[in-house]
Amino acid sequence: MKQQELIRLVLVALVFGLLALLPLIPANDRLMALAVPIAMYAVLATSWSLFSGPTHYISLATAAFYGVGAYTLANGLEVFSYPLLLLMAALLGGGLAALVGMTTLRLSGVYFVIFTLGLAELIRQLVTWYQNNFTGSRGSYVFTDITEAQIYWQLLGLLALVFLLGWLINRSRLGFAIRIIGNDELVARHSGINTARTKVLLFILSGAFAAVVGAVMAPRFVYVEPSMAFSPQLSFMVVVMALLGGVHRLWGPLLGVVPFAIVWELIAANFPGQTVLFMGLAFLVVVYFIPQGVAGVLEQQLHKIRQRRGG
Amino acid sequence: MNKPTVLEVRNLTRRFGGLVAVNNISFDVHEHEVVGLIGPNGSGKTTTMNLISGALPPSSGEIWLGDTCISRLPARRIARSGVARTFQLVRMLPSLSILENVKAGAVFGHQQLWGSELDHHARRLLERVGVMHDPDAPTSSLTYIDQKRVELARALASNPRVLLLDEWLAGLNPTELQQGIELIADLRDEGRTILLVEHVMDAIRSLCDRCVVMSSGSKISEGGTEDVLSDAAVIEAYLGKDDE
Repeated sequence: MKQQELIRLVLVALVFGLLALLPLIPANDRLMALAVPIAMYAVLATSWSLFSGPTHYISLATAAFYGVGAYTLANGLEVFSYPLLLLMAALLGGGLAALVGMTTLRLSGVYFVIFTLGLAELIRQLVTWYQNNFTGSRGSYVFTDITEAQIYWQLLGLLALVFLLGWLINRSRLGFAIRIIGNDELVARHSGINTARTKVLLFILSGAFAAVVGAVMAPRFVYVEPSMAFSPQLSFMVVVMALLGGVHRLWGPLLGVVPFAIVWELIAANFPGQTVLFMGLAFLVVVYFIPQGVAGVLEQQLHKIRQRRGG
Repeated sequence: MNKPTVLEVRNLTRRFGGLVAVNNISFDVHEHEVVGLIGPNGSGKTTTMNLISGALPPSSGEIWLGDTCISRLPARRIARSGVARTFQLVRMLPSLSILENVKAGAVFGHQQLWGSELDHHARRLLERVGVMHDPDAPTSSLTYIDQKRVELARALASNPRVLLLDEWLAGLNPTELQQGIELIADLRDEGRTILLVEHVMDAIRSLCDRCVVMSSGSKISEGGTEDVLSDAAVIEAYLGKDDE
């Protein structure tokens, strides 16, 4: 068992190492234009699943955290150093998640979904209002010398961090507690689990990651404005990708992100008006055909093959 | 008779709007004692269990576990102080394995284990309650009585000071019922302190040292099981309410 885990760790490290070499391919503009969003959604969907996977609380707040991160960078660039800004984004995103979590996670699922959707919109309106009235401009310029490749590497690093954290959580009491909560909150409470604290902790984690991703991505926009930074579409994309991949495994969301992002880019390039239609179709496929996601289907097939070999 | 009191319920009341589901109930449960909480349907037994375990807060009154007043505590802290329960309708954790279902009771509660100790403890408990199934299988592969056994093992896993069994024997066939009664009798002989809500008269007679009888939210009788069951008020409450 120990050896198996070590082999797996080496394999994962190898894959990450190979992926890190991607920007070194010459004339890679189109490749990077696809690799950056994939890496971005991979971090967002995987960290989203850390919380929403076991609890089944569908959070549509990703855009809120992401936007807070982007704005942290855009507004702080003149004053603070870049690494400090990433840390601040994490703290602000985590803080916002804590606040939202403490007020809403006692609510049942549906109310939570609606609230998180409203949250991104609320913050967007607030930022717009503030900028209209006090700064005189709708958005902020982000001028840095950060290259596309550097953004990609940062996202890859974040992804490795999410995986490491997810793996550690799954082996910990915290991970066990959240799985019990996802199964039956009443049993969880009667087993001595602090359900509110457990849920808020994991929500903070996913909020912090989304905010850092927003900060990392901000230089790519050059001009950060509310409708982009707090786009509800981002939240929905993350949910569809994660569910498509399968949220019951740490590696599940990846299996949704990669194909979805590639098809999305293809459609956006050829039929720019039809991307939302594609998202709707993907939702239907998940709900009607693969509720356990690609990961669930894969595991079922593997199980069948093993059984056939066994007898 | 001079055994120390483990659970003390004092003037416990719970209202739901205008309905008084539990009306000024008081009783004690002593160490190593099996007490039956009985009464016709709708008499407030399950509500009383929910008040003790913290699923519901009481409207007034107190519940003491040893020297700790638990009636204002949230369910998780009551569990940590040493109250464990099973549910009227068995509650499995379906995405967890059988073994993990048992472990769930021993990580965050009155007893907190982890790692190989936890594993060993959970396996021993499964054996203790008589589940011979593969511990790594999903709970959906269990029969009804085995699910009840797993739930019992989960409650026992925290090594509780008081075990609350809410109609644990309901829905079993005659053979299973016999096995179930024997299992609880074993727990009693082990020295467990148990408060159980039950309708099965055979079980009440063979298991309970004492009984508390409720009717329409109030306590109408309390005492040795045989005395209580022959009490005129109790017979009237049962026969008057039930058409069986």
